[in-house]
Amino acid sequence: MLKKLGVWGISALLLALVVAALALWWALRPAPAWTHPAVLERLAPLPRPEARAIPAPSAMRAEDGQWTMPLGDYAATRYSALDQINAGNVGGLRPVFTFDTGIARGHEAAPLVIGSTMYLVTPFPNIVYALDLNRPRNPVKWTFRPRPLQRAQGVACCDVVNRGAAFADGRLFFNTLDGQTIALDAETGREIWRTRLGNINIGETITMAPLVAEGRVLVGSSGGEFGVRGWLAALDAGSGALLWKAWSTGPDSDVLIGPEFRPFYPADRGPDLGVSTWQPEGWRLGGGNPWGWLSYDPETHLIYYGTGNPGPWNPDQRPGDNKWTAGIFARDIRTGQARWFYQSSPHDLFDHDDINESILLDMPIGGRRRQVLVRPGRTGFMYVIDRLTGQVLSADPYAAVNSIHSINMGNGRPNWVMEKTPVQGRVTRDICPAAPGGKDWNPSAFSPRTGLIYVPHLNLCMDEGHMEANYIAGTPYLGADARMHAGPGGNRGVLTAWDPVARRAVWRIREDLPLWSGALATAGDVVFYGTMDGLFKAVDARSGRLLWQYRMNSGTIGMPVSYRGPDGRQYIAIFAGVGGWSGAIVSGALDKGDPTSALGFVNAVRDLPARTDAAGRLYVFALPR
Amino acid sequence: MSSLCRADAALLALLALAGCHRETRDYRSSAMASADRGAAFEGNAFHVAQGQRLYGWMNCSGCHAHGGGGMGPPLMDDEWRYGGSMGEIAATILDGRPNGMPAFRSRITEDQAWQLAAFVRAMSAQPRQDALPARADEPRNTEPMTLDERKPIRRATPKQDDRSEE
Repeated sequence: MLKKLGVWGISALLLALVVAALALWWALRPAPAWTHPAVLERLAPLPRPEARAIPAPSAMRAEDGQWTMPLGDYAATRYSALDQINAGNVGGLRPVFTFDTGIARGHEAAPLVIGSTMYLVTPFPNIVYALDLNRPRNPVKWTFRPRPLQRAQGVACCDVVNRGAAFADGRLFFNTLDGQTIALDAETGREIWRTRLGNINIGETITMAPLVAEGRVLVGSSGGEFGVRGWLAALDAGSGALLWKAWSTGPDSDVLIGPEFRPFYPADRGPDLGVSTWQPEGWRLGGGNPWGWLSYDPETHLIYYGTGNPGPWNPDQRPGDNKWTAGIFARDIRTGQARWFYQSSPHDLFDHDDINESILLDMPIGGRRRQVLVRPGRTGFMYVIDRLTGQVLSADPYAAVNSIHSINMGNGRPNWVMEKTPVQGRVTRDICPAAPGGKDWNPSAFSPRTGLIYVPHLNLCMDEGHMEANYIAGTPYLGADARMHAGPGGNRGVLTAWDPVARRAVWRIREDLPLWSGALATAGDVVFYGTMDGLFKAVDARSGRLLWQYRMNSGTIGMPVSYRGPDGRQYIAIFAGVGGWSGAIVSGALDKGDPTSALGFVNAVRDLPARTDAAGRLYVFALPR
Repeated sequence: MSSLCRADAALLALLALAGCHRETRDYRSSAMASADRGAAFEGNAFHVAQGQRLYGWMNCSGCHAHGGGGMGPPLMDDEWRYGGSMGEIAATILDGRPNGMPAFRSRITEDQAWQLAAFVRAMSAQPRQDALPARADEPRNTEPMTLDERKPIRRATPKQDDRSEE
């Protein structure tokens, strides 16, 4: 037979074999370690224009090219109406300016732009920089060093982060890790007042960005891992004097619950529930720190914010619903009096703080337009809540959840999965979502042009063991030993484009690493977000298609912003600087030999040190002139 | 009773006595000088086990996890901000350090601080295997220390302070 083929035939056969072998090798070769492709899944059609949600008109801002608060506006949309950069030309985006902070910790803050000045707040030691955008190379206009107490670093639960400043009436307001709120003259950087609110000796810190409205600066505590009893304080923007302080646990007089308080669900009605839903005196160490985001509706004078996890993490030590932790409050900004409350995680089992953003939307439900707030919760459910009454209108899982069957629409309570309910003295395996939840603090964006909420979130599960926690002031009050791992599918982060009216995901991008950066949506129909290995990405707001990406010098956990420079061009800015709870393995040089490091997060990101370095750098991008 | 039997019994008694003398426990360590004191605690199964219990009770694990760190730095690697000798670790525990380590002098005795230091230095599984705690009192998500491998670690302390290590 070989003779019949001849020399040429045999050669051809050999060549074919070699080609086949090469093809087989190409197909079966192991993926190189540096490629971790994000996978786009299209799941549903875009909402039709008449079936779209719109931002609450009273809380919207008129686009003036500035970015004056981390969430963009009082409705918490993180939407920019600037459209010079659009889906067609975003591929040409280039870095035009960088600024190094010299601090290699987690940079979670959003840069602010007011007039022709950009304001930056760094992680501890919380230095404030004002950059002059009018002059070439954007030199530093002034620097303010608040000199917070060094010891504060030891009671910061999840890296020494700061989430940024807020601006109003020529003043810049920000918080320091050691528990101070400071007002600066935005023009000169001169200190106008400073008020100490937190006591680091009991673990009380401040990491959140304040919200300023109606002449009041609203500030919430951190310290849920230290048995700190949470509070939200309103300071007079003019003098820094304390106007009111609403505690998250304890008697009604402390929680500012009075005759105006009309919660929707019966379980939230009754005297002093902040005392009686705890073991005796448990409320004094009960947590409920509002360390996340506030929204504000000027029409009703209501603010909306969530309270953090109860203390300690071990639920067996605190029988009862543990009010008013792990829920959302509506309060009158003028008096602080509570209007309603909804507890997303009564007797919280998994550190599911309810501090995530509340996006104020008006949208069609059941044939009429309802005034709602939409919250991608730590529990993994997307809550749509009537923002006037506190009634849950819908709650659907947007992340991988196996610890809650569903939310009972009759009483608003989760239907827990019994086999995932932890018991003291045992390790409960594969709880989804893990302690950081379906989504942690990093805020979503909402685009009125698509009607979609762009949610940067997590796909993590955990094994968790519980033991009795011992309270020692200024040390962690946990009673838990956690170890996290990737959720179903093996990826650890997700960007989900969610249609709140149809209550479903329209598309989602499965990201390899946990998503710990905020999202930004623009009128150019582009959505920006970044990954923990330093890729800053622009995707099509309609289809989710990747349009552009840029490799920064460190992973990002920052919040992108969009502004118009003095030259009339649109810019996009974001901090690179990996860290936070998710990136502590890099910023804190933690040891991956211990899977429980960083409260168990290290086990889920053991590959991160090989993929990014600790740094702190602001990147500003623009289209070529 | 035969003499052979008597010899056997004597041998057994001798063996039993030898077994009792597994390790000496020093009840008056405070009288000792600091350098010797570290040696008395380190590599001693009783002290390391006591240190492990205190490590949980004093909430050390909340910040330093089981050695990998979190809010506080890792304790199982070769980097020591304030020194890694027994004496330096005990001093850090008792008096605290400026970047967030609280002082525990009012909460534990000096001997307990040395026990904690012995456990901290055992986290990288450097001491003899028979001195390491084989189990923890509480549910945890890590392997028992005795199953840990002895990893090569750069010495963070002068040689003479490490005398308990073979």
